[in-house]
Amino acid sequence: MPKLKSLEELQRLRERLQKDLKSRVQVSTTITVGMGTCGIAAGAREVMRAILEELEKRNIDAHVTTTGCIGMCSKEPLVDIQQGGEPRITYGSVTLAMVPRIIEEHLVRGNAVEEWIVGRVAG
Amino acid sequence: MAKRFRADVLVCGCPDCVEAGAQETLFSLKEEVRHRGLEDEVRVIETGSRGFCATGPIVIIEPEGILYIRVKAPDVPELVEEMLVKGRVVERLTYTEPATRKRIPYYREMPFYSEQTRIVLRNCGLINPRSVEEYIAVGGYRALERVLFTMSPQEVIEQIKASGLRGRGGAGFPAGRKWESARRAEGEIKYVIANGDEGDPNCFMDRSLMEGDPHGILEGMIIGAYAIGAREGFIYLPYEYTLAVENLSTAVRQVREYGLLGENILGSGFDFDVQIRLGARSFVGGESTALMHAIEGMVSEPRPKHIHTTTKGVWDRPSNLNNVKTWAMVPQIISNGAEWFASIGTEDSKGTQVFSLAGKVNNTGLAEVPMGITMRKLVFDIGGGSPKNREFKAIQIGGPSGGVLPASMLDLPLDYESLAEAGSMMGTGGVVVMDDRTCMVDLARYFINFLQEESCGKCVPCRKGNKRALQILTRITRGEGTEEDLETLENLARVMQQVSLCGLGKTAPNPILSTLHYFRNEYLAHIRDQYCPAGVCRELITYFIVAEKCLGCGLCIKICPQSAITGAKKEPHVIDQTQCIQCGACFDTCRFDAIAVKSREEAPKEVVA
Repeated sequence: MPKLKSLEELQRLRERLQKDLKSRVQVSTTITVGMGTCGIAAGAREVMRAILEELEKRNIDAHVTTTGCIGMCSKEPLVDIQQGGEPRITYGSVTLAMVPRIIEEHLVRGNAVEEWIVGRVAG
Repeated sequence: MAKRFRADVLVCGCPDCVEAGAQETLFSLKEEVRHRGLEDEVRVIETGSRGFCATGPIVIIEPEGILYIRVKAPDVPELVEEMLVKGRVVERLTYTEPATRKRIPYYREMPFYSEQTRIVLRNCGLINPRSVEEYIAVGGYRALERVLFTMSPQEVIEQIKASGLRGRGGAGFPAGRKWESARRAEGEIKYVIANGDEGDPNCFMDRSLMEGDPHGILEGMIIGAYAIGAREGFIYLPYEYTLAVENLSTAVRQVREYGLLGENILGSGFDFDVQIRLGARSFVGGESTALMHAIEGMVSEPRPKHIHTTTKGVWDRPSNLNNVKTWAMVPQIISNGAEWFASIGTEDSKGTQVFSLAGKVNNTGLAEVPMGITMRKLVFDIGGGSPKNREFKAIQIGGPSGGVLPASMLDLPLDYESLAEAGSMMGTGGVVVMDDRTCMVDLARYFINFLQEESCGKCVPCRKGNKRALQILTRITRGEGTEEDLETLENLARVMQQVSLCGLGKTAPNPILSTLHYFRNEYLAHIRDQYCPAGVCRELITYFIVAEKCLGCGLCIKICPQSAITGAKKEPHVIDQTQCIQCGACFDTCRFDAIAVKSREEAPKEVVA
């Protein structure tokens, strides 16, 4: 590790390191990927990886978690986005190609992608 | 591109958890995560203690904040499959609240944590203590930046004074005033010292802090050194604390490499470095002057303090010594402001106190709570009450030389002044919870025995006083005491308080005086009735089986180490008094209250035989 010679160097280092610890600080956005057998078979793992990469690329603070089968197996992979106290919005049949647009429109611009939504749950 | 992880699996690496198999758990977790191809998404990290380690190994999953207890290597495949792959909580490994029998998977919702305010222990169990990078990422060394580049030494001292921070080593001397007198003391060379020599039995908060967040202590010391004008510092801790030694040494090495210790720190022109000094864990060794002698390489014995150590300490140079917890509070005070710190706690006792809960309490561990919390809240809400629903009797607070507080004082606020008034003390915050099976005379005897062993022997009142007190107490527990003995004890105690050289001798009589004050009847029962009401002092009790209550289940027959109990199934059993050693194992095992304790005279004639 290089010696830090000034205040700015320490601050730059901290900024870089903070990214690494995002999973341990409270953030307002949680993305949940359905990871039941049905979800995995439909490609949920790949979708989740794509989400993680997209978040990293755009430097967005969000937690990514998994959940078991929630019953709507025909629409897997299911991806839930919950922000603060807003209703939980669920996207169905998510493919790799859909990930960038969901992140871009929903998380960056704040508009859910209406045509892909399969459900909303309050709270 | 840096990798983004979705989950962190935090495995506690404290000695308690390691003893319970945390290393094996950690290894299997890493293996299993790799085996399932999750290593790009999930990190497995070893951390310090989160304070709940009686139920170790502890595993916490972030960002969900789920806490699993007693996670052994064989549980790992299920945990990874269910929790990390499918996102389902593994119920059977979560914590069950004793009072409600409800499972609470999220640690932020457990009463043990939700009632806490973590300042000193903020990072313990959340970051990897061997990674300076993780400490920096959670905002570490930001307070140091502010101090070095925007504050004068005097301003730092003013902040600490305004915060009301008092030394967490036990005596509670205002830290800001100590710093100021060290700053004003004459001398080119000054020292700052972190005291990690924790000698109390049952206490492990200093150890846990040094293991779990060594950088918090270091950052506080660098800030203190800047304020006082010291260029050298020492951290003194027992060599027995192997993990603490390792983590602190690693921390010092890392900050030296980053240039946060050494010459011209961050280009500010301020120089400071620390050395780690190891001693053998002892009670008197934590006394400030004794500790300074040890740093000089001499026997760790105290000296009279006519001249304060802030004027003449290590090698007769101005030395500012604070407990490791005090140092760890400093960066938080600088970052959040003196007003923030002063808003926590009571009028005269500001901030938080770390208590270690031990003894007859459900949730043993470390809890950091605002000063002035009531005993009830600490023992019942955070501690979860006494196990097996036994009757709560008292707590011993402040370490071996603290005092006993009875159940009738449950609403007493725990702060420096209230405790001193009640005949106890804050000390380092060790709390031993006792139920109706604890004998107060025996308890006093136990602590005085500890103190007479730990006394350095330099001054007569402490060396001889503790020894004599032990003899008298032992006599009473054997039923050979007289009422005059109680007076002698009280006189002896007063002399020791007044003329002992250091804090050890001055506070040693606390266990005697407080038990005599609150539980005098128990002493009298031992003396007049030749009986120990708690059923502890073996010479004074007889166990026998109440025939009407005994269902003949045979449990006591199995547990008796002397095979002294006989009887047919479903018939009342009998204890052979010639074999019985009064260990009480049958009493603790019986589910039907069929074992009775009586004095030897009161017991039915036929059983004494």
